[in-house]
Amino acid sequence: MKVCVTSQGADLNAQVDPRFGRCRYFILVDTDTLEFESLDNLAISASGGAGIQAGQFIADKGVKIVLTGNVGPNAFSVLSAAGIEVFTGVNGIVNEVVEKYKNGEYNSSDGPSVDSHFGSK
Amino acid sequence: MIISIASGKGGTGKTTVAVNLALSIKDANILDCDVEEPNAHIFIKPEIKSKEKVFIPVPEIDKEKCNACGKCKDVCAYNALAILGDTVLVFPELCHGCGACSYFCPQGAIKEVDKEIGIIEEGSINEIGFVHGRLNIGQAMAPPVIRVVKKHIKNDRVNIIDSPPGTSCPVISSIAGSDFCVLVTEPTPFGLNDLMLAVEVLRKVRIPFGVVVNRSDLGDDKTDKYCIEEKIPILMKIPFNKDIARAYSKGEPFVRCFPEYKDMFLVLLGKIKETIA
Repeated sequence: MKVCVTSQGADLNAQVDPRFGRCRYFILVDTDTLEFESLDNLAISASGGAGIQAGQFIADKGVKIVLTGNVGPNAFSVLSAAGIEVFTGVNGIVNEVVEKYKNGEYNSSDGPSVDSHFGSK
Repeated sequence: MIISIASGKGGTGKTTVAVNLALSIKDANILDCDVEEPNAHIFIKPEIKSKEKVFIPVPEIDKEKCNACGKCKDVCAYNALAILGDTVLVFPELCHGCGACSYFCPQGAIKEVDKEIGIIEEGSINEIGFVHGRLNIGQAMAPPVIRVVKKHIKNDRVNIIDSPPGTSCPVISSIAGSDFCVLVTEPTPFGLNDLMLAVEVLRKVRIPFGVVVNRSDLGDDKTDKYCIEEKIPILMKIPFNKDIARAYSKGEPFVRCFPEYKDMFLVLLGKIKETIA
């Protein structure tokens, strides 16, 4: 199974980026093999609507599960319309959080965890 | 003639300068473009004669015609649209009303519907014209409201635009097309820092400008030194004076309480006219 983790660095030893729309990288990890692909988040420099652009981007990549710190209301609308399951409150090192996810330590969110523009403050 | 009053930092005295300058000239027209928190009316006390709502066009998707091709999302510069599967999500609060989505939609599936974002109020007091815009609570798009305020510029008058603080889109929209821009600052580290940012903007948009130093006897001399080095004219200095502050707190423009300041503002106007002549 593939999960998408928002990350401050481009590999599995990086810290989870607590922001969704304005995270540095998306790391797409295969939970079984730990093979991964890191993608630059182009929405980081958006003047507005970063969460929407980022959500669209990973939805287009076929992502179904996102692990991140926080998600705002617009990003959450996009992710839920795309049928993507969102897990917020995630922090630590990417490969550790993937492990925790596999152990069922996170609960999926049923709404945004923060207000608009949280990640640009 | 159009004179805009801007600053980098908020609270330096833009409205004070705009209002007192307007009141020192007989038939000025004052346009309060700080549509997120207009306050010139508190001092001018105009009689409002007309009101006009401001709308921006936002997309509405005809689901029958839409085939989710994604063209609208691709041309939207503001991320106001997203396509998930066969659903188009519209985020009206991010829409700038540019119309690109409906223009480019190959299916003709996008209709533009008006969304109210603010109101314009126009009036006068004695011979002074007054207009301001008020952005509705919860709306983020100040420039469309500012553009409607500026439609009330009168060519035969001295138009004084009270700009919002900062250096972003609402400021650019407010000062665009001005013959001259007055930057109001205070001689403090924050005042100077933000003045320098505003100077960068004005050099980019190529509007002639000069500085008014408010509360000029407080702080330090770094603002003076900066202006001398950068060859920026200091047009006027307003001292820190508790009587001025007291008048302000009561909503009284200080040229009404202390008419001797009128001459200072007329000198300011003279210097501006000289610069742009």
